[in-house]
Amino acid sequence: MEKTVNNKAWFMVLPVLLLVAFTAVIPLMTVVNYAFQDSFGNNQFFWVGIEWFQELLSSERFHDALVRNLIFSFSILAIEIPLGIGIALCMPKKGWGVPVCLVLMALPLLVPWNVVGTIWQVFGRADIGLLGYFLNSLGINYNYTQDPVAAWATVIVMDVWHWTSLVVLLCYAGLVSIPEAYYQAARIDGASRWAVFRYIQLPKMHSVLLIAVLLRFMDSFMIYTEPFVVTGGGPGNSTTFLSIDLVKMAIGQFDLGPAAAMSLVYFLIILLFSWVFYTVMNNAGTEKKHYAGEE
Amino acid sequence: MLELRGVSKTVDGMDHIRDVSLRLESGSLNVLLGPTLSGKTTLMRLMAGLDTPTAGQVLVNGQDMTGVSVRKRDVAMVYQQFINYPALTVYENIASPLRVAGVKGADVDKQVRKAADLMKLTPYLDRTPLNLSGGQQQRTAIARALVKGAHLVLMDEPLANLDYKLREELRDELPKIFSESGAVFVYATTEPTEALLLGGRTATLHEGRISQFGDTIDVYRNPQDIVTAQTFSDPPLNLLGLTKSGGEFRTSNGTVIPATEDEKRLPDGHYKAGFRPHHLYLQRPSEDAVCLPAVVDVSEITGSESFIHLTCLNHRWVALEHGIHNVDVDAKIDVFVDAKNFMIFDDEGRSVASLMREAA
Repeated sequence: MEKTVNNKAWFMVLPVLLLVAFTAVIPLMTVVNYAFQDSFGNNQFFWVGIEWFQELLSSERFHDALVRNLIFSFSILAIEIPLGIGIALCMPKKGWGVPVCLVLMALPLLVPWNVVGTIWQVFGRADIGLLGYFLNSLGINYNYTQDPVAAWATVIVMDVWHWTSLVVLLCYAGLVSIPEAYYQAARIDGASRWAVFRYIQLPKMHSVLLIAVLLRFMDSFMIYTEPFVVTGGGPGNSTTFLSIDLVKMAIGQFDLGPAAAMSLVYFLIILLFSWVFYTVMNNAGTEKKHYAGEE
Repeated sequence: MLELRGVSKTVDGMDHIRDVSLRLESGSLNVLLGPTLSGKTTLMRLMAGLDTPTAGQVLVNGQDMTGVSVRKRDVAMVYQQFINYPALTVYENIASPLRVAGVKGADVDKQVRKAADLMKLTPYLDRTPLNLSGGQQQRTAIARALVKGAHLVLMDEPLANLDYKLREELRDELPKIFSESGAVFVYATTEPTEALLLGGRTATLHEGRISQFGDTIDVYRNPQDIVTAQTFSDPPLNLLGLTKSGGEFRTSNGTVIPATEDEKRLPDGHYKAGFRPHHLYLQRPSEDAVCLPAVVDVSEITGSESFIHLTCLNHRWVALEHGIHNVDVDAKIDVFVDAKNFMIFDDEGRSVASLMREAA
């Protein structure tokens, strides 16, 4: 068959190209452009090469914020994933309890980020907040505006409250897709509750867990609104995450060049970690065990 | 030996199983034959102990096991879906019942390899079930049941999701493999042909009741009632309403069908004659055959056989003919029946075959 060439075909893909250009390519290129230049206002730009990157990667401020981000992301993953699985396992599989549980679970997800921040900001205050007042009356010295530990605890508990539901819903979807016959077969086999979880439920939840871990990691690594509202990055710099630092740099100090460089590095870090998570979890799922040779 | 005594199961006021009594011997092959929703799976769940009966007893080797948890029973089950541990290799899947039982060391390996060899799984021991074909997945599930060495082996339409060739292969192998183990082997199916090919003993199930239990071929040849005959007939059984007076039957249009010597002994009255599709002829088969007028509804040709669906005297019938018979829809044709092929049932649907024999 002869191949026909029709240049008008380009018009068919033009809308998509334009859309991608405006939403992704052009903004990204602007950031790349800024990252290699210095500006002194009046639209005057000077080429500085990789100076901003060198400065950023050797800056202690950046390292500290990055470490905080990592600690935060891994902490909430370590809490939210097991907790989410646990709650999903406890949820009813049929009956009137299902819609009730699902709606209750979905509620936190419907609250906007800044509202969540405001709720916890007030909730945690030692003078008028229920939580803060209660903890202090128990004799626990809790004040998130002065104590870094209290600030961290507040931010982590807030994120767990807000996002564990997502993990629960994903896991629940994975669980209800397991046919009843699997549980029957396991009972006939005499498998224990743990064996049912380890060898039936967990493998069957594997793909949704992969999505849950990826989503929660990416999202928590980009966290901005809630800690900004609650602690504003303080006390001191103790809850200043990369995003908060970035905004300070770009809008507070108007250092466009360094901020652009930081945006790119930030983006690459998220990309790298997400890829690592995906690869590791995917391999863990398809890992083949060679028992045949043992014993 | 497994014995059910007057077992019933009611769920939400619906009778799923009604007063079933069965005695299944060790080392026997028992087929549960019945259409979908007849209660086969429920009955198996009761046998296994996955459910407790609402009434009645389940005895294993004479011991009452009603209400004993399935974990404490000696049961293996294979399902219509292919159920294996998704994250374990075929080897570990087959070994799982042994590991639960606490079998150690080289014994595990020996038994797993033996079962894998029987089920032709040796080349796939290192794979996970999802990397196997459907047939291999089901073989893995069967090997797991085999290795368990259970006293009661339940198979719930195990071959329904497999392709034709694999079904034939496994259907040949399964009874042999499990009869050697001395277990009570129960096999549920919706297909009369499968029951006949498996042999052994068959219990026909209809709306939660066992309509008949006996040697498979005997249940097929001498059904006690219309329901059993219908359950054990694929394509469906043809029925014809008859009135007997003297030595002959009369159809609703007045056609006279001479009765056989045995049938002549029946008292006069209304009867129903059941006969199988291959006993409804398009050409006169013998001198005794009687011609009836029919209208063709549809004809299906499978290649070597033709199924002609037709309406005759307000009855919907199927004729099974060898070779290709392409009959036009709505064509008026003559069909032939012979009283010697009739299974005669009384007004309540009970077979009168025993009545005829007693009289003789």
